Amino acid sequence: MSSQHSVLFDAPGPRARRRIALGNVVGALVVLGIAALVVAELARKGQLSWDLWGPVFTASAWQDYFIPGLQNTLRAAGFAIVGAVVFGLVFGAGRLARSRTVRWASGVVVEFFRAVPVLLMMIFFWLLLGFNRIGTEPAFLAVVIALILYNGSVIAELVRSGVGNLPKGQSEAGLAVGLTGGQTLRSIQLPQALIAMLPALVSQLVVVLKDTALGQIITYDELLRAAQIFGNGNGNNLQTLTIAALVFIVINWALTSVARWLSRYLSGRTSGATAAGPGIGNPTVVAGKPGGPGNAIAATGDPSAM
Amino acid sequence: MGDFLSQFAELFANYDVLGAFWVNIQLTFWAAIFSLILGTVLALMRISPIASLQWAGTAYVNILRNTPLTIIMTFMFLAVWTQLQIRMSDDFATNFFRFAVIGLTVYHAAFVCEAIRSGVNTVPLGQAEAARAIGLPFLPAARLIILPQAFRGAIAPLGNTLIALLKNSTVAAAASVSTETSTLMREMIESNSDLIYAIFMTFAIGFVILVIPIGLLTTYLSNRLAVRR
Repeated sequence: MSSQHSVLFDAPGPRARRRIALGNVVGALVVLGIAALVVAELARKGQLSWDLWGPVFTASAWQDYFIPGLQNTLRAAGFAIVGAVVFGLVFGAGRLARSRTVRWASGVVVEFFRAVPVLLMMIFFWLLLGFNRIGTEPAFLAVVIALILYNGSVIAELVRSGVGNLPKGQSEAGLAVGLTGGQTLRSIQLPQALIAMLPALVSQLVVVLKDTALGQIITYDELLRAAQIFGNGNGNNLQTLTIAALVFIVINWALTSVARWLSRYLSGRTSGATAAGPGIGNPTVVAGKPGGPGNAIAATGDPSAM
Repeated sequence: MGDFLSQFAELFANYDVLGAFWVNIQLTFWAAIFSLILGTVLALMRISPIASLQWAGTAYVNILRNTPLTIIMTFMFLAVWTQLQIRMSDDFATNFFRFAVIGLTVYHAAFVCEAIRSGVNTVPLGQAEAARAIGLPFLPAARLIILPQAFRGAIAPLGNTLIALLKNSTVAAAASVSTETSTLMREMIESNSDLIYAIFMTFAIGFVILVIPIGLLTTYLSNRLAVRR
């Protein structure tokens, strides 16, 4: 925890250390006090009774609701991330292409799908597939397509900024040894950029997993919807939704830890910046500039400070 | 073509599309203000030297940012409103609007906290050491040297969070806010299925028009105010 020493504070002396110790006790009391208030209020409303919590821990709750729901969540997320990587590589390469038309067209596609809310795309594809009776599972397909389009566009930006953020000497060296521009991109810049973006890609997987829960709104039977159906049946939505959230938190927290570890592990293998993504939204509003200071990914993901 | 246009115009007359976007903008506005306040408090807790506050801030961020927003919104509706019977207002619409703002706030505050903290992390240690070396006490050093640079470094991630917040305001549908864009788009398509592409493009372009200026402004400001190092 040595990185917790913030830039704001000097190493504390004896007096400051006494004050910090006092603040520590007061802070702990305040935090525990707020937690106690919440628990007391929940208890007063009878929300801690085993009648409400018990059903959540039965075998049938997990066999019939949580596990099948989680399987559907992971299935949608799996298809979506694979599709998004393919989409992102194609359009990311498109944005770096020599031809101006290809660059421009890829740019329009990427910017469009990054700006439209995923939920609107899901609803659109769900209704479109439903009206035209395409596929047996319109809700599943709609979730996957919408997630591919959005996250693929984010990954396309990661590819582009990953190449843009490499030190200029890399492409100069490629050109100097006689490679063409395309060869330099393929054999020198892209391999390093792809390794550099791996941590951000794992962070994007967290976004994909979280966004599969939007499938609940279009009746896709993922974890949240399964939990909600179970909760409606037992009148304990608060308890079941808490469990569903905990499952998401554990998986996503593990993925975030992997991203952080990757970002440290890979930093010696590429000349690019290996920062993990923020886990929300468009991590690259600021287009990559070589070593530029205003880079959103680099700014958000200082791994040593997490 | 004329037929299509007249159908389309009729659709606009029958549904309040601009009103739906206005609901999303209002959700975004209030949630942005409250999450900025809560996020700043959390960021202060996480960069303070006090271990218990650091721990609480870290726990909040790790829990909230790994929870799907849809679960938080559904929780507001099914758990807080239905099960705990907590009311924010006697008026139904206002009640759900406020729940949606709370849901958006608690979720995005975690990201605001991380954005501000990442801004502080862009300030090199040497800046603080130089401030102390010329004799500045803690508060002047923070006010004159560190925080101005930290805020500039936080602009880009804060802008990203604001864009995400605007788009995520459509998830208010899960908290039963029935007047916002995703719900209205669904209603419009369900009763005018032949115009599905036109309706989707209308809403999509509406969001593009809202999001792109925020992105451009963020990029402009963070480049202009960037501390060159």
